[in-house]
Amino acid sequence: MSTATEGKATFARGVHPPEEKQLAEAMPIEVFPTPAEVLIPLLQHLGSPCEPVVENKQEVKLGDRIGEATGFISSPVHASIDGKVAKEKKATLPNGRHVRVIPIKAAAEQSLEGRALYDDIFGGEWPTGDLERFAPEEISKAALEAGIVGLGGAAFPSHVKLQRNEETPIEYLLINGCECEPYLTADYRIMLEAPGAIVTGALLARHATGAREVIIGIEDNKPQAVAALEAAAEGTGIQVRTLKTKYPQGAERQLSTALVGREVPTLGLPLHVGVVVHNVGTIAAVARAVLRGSPLTHRVVTVTGAGIREPKNLLVPIGTSYGELIEYCGGMTDDAARVVAGGPMMGFTAGSLEAPITKGTSGVTVLTRDDVRRAAETTCVRCGRCVDACPLHLVPTKIALAARAGNEEVARRYHLQACVECGCCAYVCPASIPLVQLIRVGKIMLSKS
Amino acid sequence: MAEQDNQNPTGQDAEETDGVTAEIIRGNIVAPSPHLSDTSVTTRGMMRDVIIGLVPVLLASLLVFGWYTVIQVGLCVMTALVAESLFTRMRGQPNPIADLSAVVTGVILGLSIPWSAPWYIPVIGSMIAIGLGKSVFGGLGNNIFNPAMVGRAFVMLSFARELGAGAYVQAGAAVQAVSQATPLTAAKEAAGELTQLPALWPLFVGSHNGSLGETSALACLVGGLYLCWRRSASWEIPASVVGSVIVFSGLANLIGLTELTVLHHLFTGALLFGAFFIATDPVSSPLSPKGKIWFGIGISFFVVLIRVFSGYPEGVMFAVLLMNASVPLINQWTIPRPVGGPVPEKA
Repeated sequence: MSTATEGKATFARGVHPPEEKQLAEAMPIEVFPTPAEVLIPLLQHLGSPCEPVVENKQEVKLGDRIGEATGFISSPVHASIDGKVAKEKKATLPNGRHVRVIPIKAAAEQSLEGRALYDDIFGGEWPTGDLERFAPEEISKAALEAGIVGLGGAAFPSHVKLQRNEETPIEYLLINGCECEPYLTADYRIMLEAPGAIVTGALLARHATGAREVIIGIEDNKPQAVAALEAAAEGTGIQVRTLKTKYPQGAERQLSTALVGREVPTLGLPLHVGVVVHNVGTIAAVARAVLRGSPLTHRVVTVTGAGIREPKNLLVPIGTSYGELIEYCGGMTDDAARVVAGGPMMGFTAGSLEAPITKGTSGVTVLTRDDVRRAAETTCVRCGRCVDACPLHLVPTKIALAARAGNEEVARRYHLQACVECGCCAYVCPASIPLVQLIRVGKIMLSKS
Repeated sequence: MAEQDNQNPTGQDAEETDGVTAEIIRGNIVAPSPHLSDTSVTTRGMMRDVIIGLVPVLLASLLVFGWYTVIQVGLCVMTALVAESLFTRMRGQPNPIADLSAVVTGVILGLSIPWSAPWYIPVIGSMIAIGLGKSVFGGLGNNIFNPAMVGRAFVMLSFARELGAGAYVQAGAAVQAVSQATPLTAAKEAAGELTQLPALWPLFVGSHNGSLGETSALACLVGGLYLCWRRSASWEIPASVVGSVIVFSGLANLIGLTELTVLHHLFTGALLFGAFFIATDPVSSPLSPKGKIWFGIGISFFVVLIRVFSGYPEGVMFAVLLMNASVPLINQWTIPRPVGGPVPEKA
């Protein structure tokens, strides 16, 4: 077993937004009371949407499959409460997508709620031995059947990343406990409250991928989580490594560089350099799926921000509306100005509070007017702060302004498509230029030519 | 489901949605990420930092040249503000003088002319600096050349006598320093027969003749390092200018092209002033760290070249303008390699 890894525990550039974890980090995960209705989107993952396998007025139980995966990059969806299916409709998610949703009206009696539900998901025994009795194909299939997708936000179907690869064997399995977005504390609480599930899941994933080494990466602003995971991983061969707190350390490119010194190719995958990354929440769900056969029906969501009266970390059924979560947390303050799905650096604004939480919703960050206040845009003086901040070593001012001017040649020459829209550049721009939004427009421009 | 608190101090609309009332703040409900910004840094704040960094230089100048500094810098700044207001009005643009960039241009121009220049020098210089150096390109952010240097070049070439070496000296003047030639001029005139190298200490603290801002190396260093610490100037530029001057002037000294030593070259003329305050103008300098280093090397090369081989005793102004012209090329040649490599061809 090798203990030395080639990464330097950090990456070049990046920014340091205020962490603001103190709002919710001390709140233990609380089970959200079963809502009266949930809307289960048929597309809440990267890939092709599900096809419904239930009908209007059909009775369903918690965990029943209600949407079938279509294609290799797809993931089924399940009922997150006991109840009755209502007529299919459409909902607009914060990312702007207008998706088909299956509404389920809750039954009067729920089979699993409250503490029992929490224990089923996070409690109980999480063994670290004898996990090799599950064949790699079984592990991947269990993740597929359970509808597990990346819970860190990208929502990529996890079973695809739980397989061996013939062309590029997987050497490193990296477990992402960084949670580098300000305000969010869901992953932190999972690391504190269910480190055993994370370790079990990591061991299963190691077996499934054939990885040589497993490293859990945690930012140094979470020392308690580091301690909890080190204790849980004792004797398993899994390493826990502390990384310098910096945004976006949790992004897979920066994580790969910091932990194992491997540069993920532009427009490529970590797989291409023998690396696979899974979020801590995802890997805990994998453990549950393999050992207990339970599908992904709930997730931890941090409801936080200076614009929410009582920040909490909630264990929520998929499909609960944003509005209900906000209300449960005391409602919005008077100076609340923006509801963001996820964290403030990359999250989408929730335009409608009726929209449902999906598998990829890691948080609901309610920002105040002061938080989101931006000065009026002024001219770029080429100060270079965006260049100094970009963790991918791009020149944001060039590509953003080229996009604005419709100049494809300059946009290509400066590698516009390599941008991952992390937001570091716009965060530091003294002229308040909406760099990321311009780059998004530029990507569309380049994809059309 | 209970209705939410319906307080509406801003008088905005409140909407019922499915029994849960949400406040919709007009115009702020949907916006693209990122939703946070580092409000501690603004363009105006950076300009203000430059002005603060110039304070030690202004103080040193006041100590040596007294009232002359006030007049020259004052005239330059006022004319720059008037010129920018006038030109932007002519182009139908809003008045941008609050961004302080015209003030910076005025101060730098004022500090780079001799104490004795008649009133029309700072006035014409500033008008040209703003008009031809900035406004004609479209205003702040669009200019290719350093505006102050454009103004200075114009008056230098148009009023050679008022800005030539002789203009610096006035025998028997009340201000002690101006009774002697500037160190670089003296060295150039005595080339080959230099009996005594100029003393270094006066060069360092600034008790000698020169243009208003260039005399005190110490003041330039203090102000300049402040700017780098505040990140309102890219440290790569002064670092590479200073480093390259050491190399180039050291070489020139070794092979006998100049009698002045490396330290002399560093402390005389507008070298440090130029390295920290003129070359670092973000609009007219390269974008990438590598580009900035090449920029500094190029400036040093031309400064030493002009000092050693040309008829001009001092070369910072021309060196900066020449390198400004090559910035677009430098930018193109130093596009940073993205982490993970360039975008693959077939993308």
